[in-house]
Amino acid sequence: MNAHGTTEARTGQAIPRASISVLPFVDFRRLVINEAAAGQAILALFGHLGAGPDLVDLHVVLADRDRSRLRIARTTLEADRFESLTPDCARVHLFEREIAEQYGLRPEGHPWLKPVRFHGSYRSGHDAWGRDPRVPIVAGVADFFRVEGDEIHEVAVGPVHAGVIEPGHFRFQCHGEHVFHLEISLGYQHRGIERLLVGGPDKRTSHLMEAVSGDASVGHSMAYCEVVEGLTGCQPPIRALVLRGVALELERLANHTGDLGALAADVGFLPTASYCGRIRGEFLNLTALLCGGRFGRGLVRPGGVRLDLEPSGLDEFRGRLEKAIREVTTAVDLLWSSTSVQARFEGTGVVPFEVAGELGLVGPAARACGLDCDARRDFPSGIFRFAQSPVSSWHTGDVFARAYIRRLEIERSGEFILDQLQSLPDGPITVPAGLLRPDHLAVSLVEGWRGEICHVALTDSTGQFSRYKIVDPSFHNWMGLAMALRDEPISDFPLCNKSFNLSYCGHDL
Amino acid sequence: MEAIAQGVVHVFLALALPPLLLGVIARTKAFVAGRVGPPLLQPYYDLIRLFHKGSVISETTTWVFRLGPLVGMTTAVLASLLIPLGGPTAPVSFAGDLILLVYLLGLGRFFTALAALDTGSPFQGMGAAREVAFACLAEPAFFLGLVVLAKLTGSLALAGMLGASLGAHWATDSASLVLILLSWFIVLLVENSRIPFDDPNTHLELTMIHEVMVLDHSGPALGMIQYSAAIKLFVSSALVARVAFSAGLGSGWTAWSVLVIGILVIAVLIGVVESVMARLRLSHVPTLLVAACLLSAFGVILLAR
Repeated sequence: MNAHGTTEARTGQAIPRASISVLPFVDFRRLVINEAAAGQAILALFGHLGAGPDLVDLHVVLADRDRSRLRIARTTLEADRFESLTPDCARVHLFEREIAEQYGLRPEGHPWLKPVRFHGSYRSGHDAWGRDPRVPIVAGVADFFRVEGDEIHEVAVGPVHAGVIEPGHFRFQCHGEHVFHLEISLGYQHRGIERLLVGGPDKRTSHLMEAVSGDASVGHSMAYCEVVEGLTGCQPPIRALVLRGVALELERLANHTGDLGALAADVGFLPTASYCGRIRGEFLNLTALLCGGRFGRGLVRPGGVRLDLEPSGLDEFRGRLEKAIREVTTAVDLLWSSTSVQARFEGTGVVPFEVAGELGLVGPAARACGLDCDARRDFPSGIFRFAQSPVSSWHTGDVFARAYIRRLEIERSGEFILDQLQSLPDGPITVPAGLLRPDHLAVSLVEGWRGEICHVALTDSTGQFSRYKIVDPSFHNWMGLAMALRDEPISDFPLCNKSFNLSYCGHDL
Repeated sequence: MEAIAQGVVHVFLALALPPLLLGVIARTKAFVAGRVGPPLLQPYYDLIRLFHKGSVISETTTWVFRLGPLVGMTTAVLASLLIPLGGPTAPVSFAGDLILLVYLLGLGRFFTALAALDTGSPFQGMGAAREVAFACLAEPAFFLGLVVLAKLTGSLALAGMLGASLGAHWATDSASLVLILLSWFIVLLVENSRIPFDDPNTHLELTMIHEVMVLDHSGPALGMIQYSAAIKLFVSSALVARVAFSAGLGSGWTAWSVLVIGILVIAVLIGVVESVMARLRLSHVPTLLVAACLLSAFGVILLAR
């Protein structure tokens, strides 16, 4: 325990659960609020069944970016209610709603206490809303924030959309074209992944991780593997770390390219839309060259990687990558040389720096608001301990900035991969991972293409997962989208939405 | 005899050619984007497919909803009979028919908007509001252009205003004619929901203008709407083509071929504009429409000096 009353750890380091500092709830609450106000990130805040029958433990994982240290604390709740932190610390609002839904604990004073994913409580007999357990819970059925007045109208979009995208419900309060408020209601993709992981790891676990958010398979499996490697104490060989890094950056390249193309399509700018759609496929095919699957499934496994890049394929890989990067640069430059596109992007969907900080946005969306955060630099793990790219950030917080960050990151990820392939170390690609240490906790943090992917695993006395918490970057960022739409014309929503391009299933788990 | 033959050709072209324009636009866009694109005749196949389908009609709608597409198609077809194509006159022509043309199209729009409001969906209400608001701004630009033509030719019938005498004025009053051509091209883009005003290919209901109004229509009703939209595009293109190519129009059957080629050139031009431009922010659309009005107004001022 340190002076702040927390236990410090590195990412991927297993610490005995007994060593985690236990605070009375009042101190726990003050700690989170003070540290958040002092600029520390809240990576996770989650419940866990406690030692007694009616006890629930709350864990918080804070991130001290300047010192690359995680700070962990725990408190135990006996009652089914606690004093909400949200009024003093806005960014925990969704974590508290999640705790209320999963463990039936009511955060008193929470300004907008609604279910997050519309499932029953993990503890039978405890429900934060006192709902009848026999009545099935229907996703999306809840109160929505309403603006009253003459000429105010409500526009409801989804959960079924015109395009082939994931389901989500968006409720706009409008005056003409002007949006006063947007409320986003998700949960339609809830599959109960966190509960499926309890009792693991087993044969399914790696596959489940790759399905947390299908477009971030490599990111989530890397986060999972780093947790397991910490808990088993195994050290994957350096060649495996490089290949993981290459796969992660390819995932970033493919998604950023696809996003820039989709942004172009949304404003009706065809050339970039068509080119980027094709070039995204090139990056996916490169991933397939690496591991046989276009979405990076089956590659990253605890202890290393399952498949190797053959030396004979290396030249082909490098040649195709260089060509794809050249092409994507040309296609994206078109977007920047077209004044009509730039006029459309600039000043649209602004999230101010202060709001982004207060909400705890992560990833490209945060960097586009001028926040200087990137888990690859702040909490380096794997290959990123030895090789780093500069962090890209821009200050305007609009659609332009979110597109610009992607453009910069495409350049840098390309350079990173080519760099790594120059000096690809020899050696094995995997080491056997042993058994998990019992009664330990480990946290991993991976900068996926959407932002920080945080996994927290707690093992029980038999060395199995007693709780596995996944925090997808989308969990932090959906509120950012809602704020971007404040006082914007409603016709700009699709463009703003695309510029965030958040994951529905990563949020819904 | 010749007049009857030309009348028959007029009706045939006005009914058969419009979907081809959509095909030409789509192919142009595909070419610029480096794709193969759909077949040129795809819009025809789409129409045939739609007319063979059943419809789903929302229970909240009334007869207004079903009337909308019918009125839209009728007015569009009537409008296509009012404008001269290759011949010296149109099948229907009289002094003051320009007013009828504008308000036939206005009537079609009114019923489309009414049918949209009839569904009670907030999307469609938004689309109707946008369509009507932008039409208000496009109308003066179009009318001021007509004033220029009326002043130049001394006629109040479209056949005269767009007739053979207009060609001679390219030598003397080309400035005014260029200004109204620019203005009318902008009007053509907004009236036909093209980029930079609207994106006919988008699936994003919140950004649409015209397309969102017809989301609830299906089957033959949707076919009628798409067909009338194509005719409207044909009518607007023909108007612009008559002004643009009036000097080289010639007479007899040459005039017909020049006009048809002119219309196809305009379709290619629309495709090029759609390929190189992004959509405007919705709040900037009125600015461009006011600019179109000003262009036409300067055309009038240049003649009044």
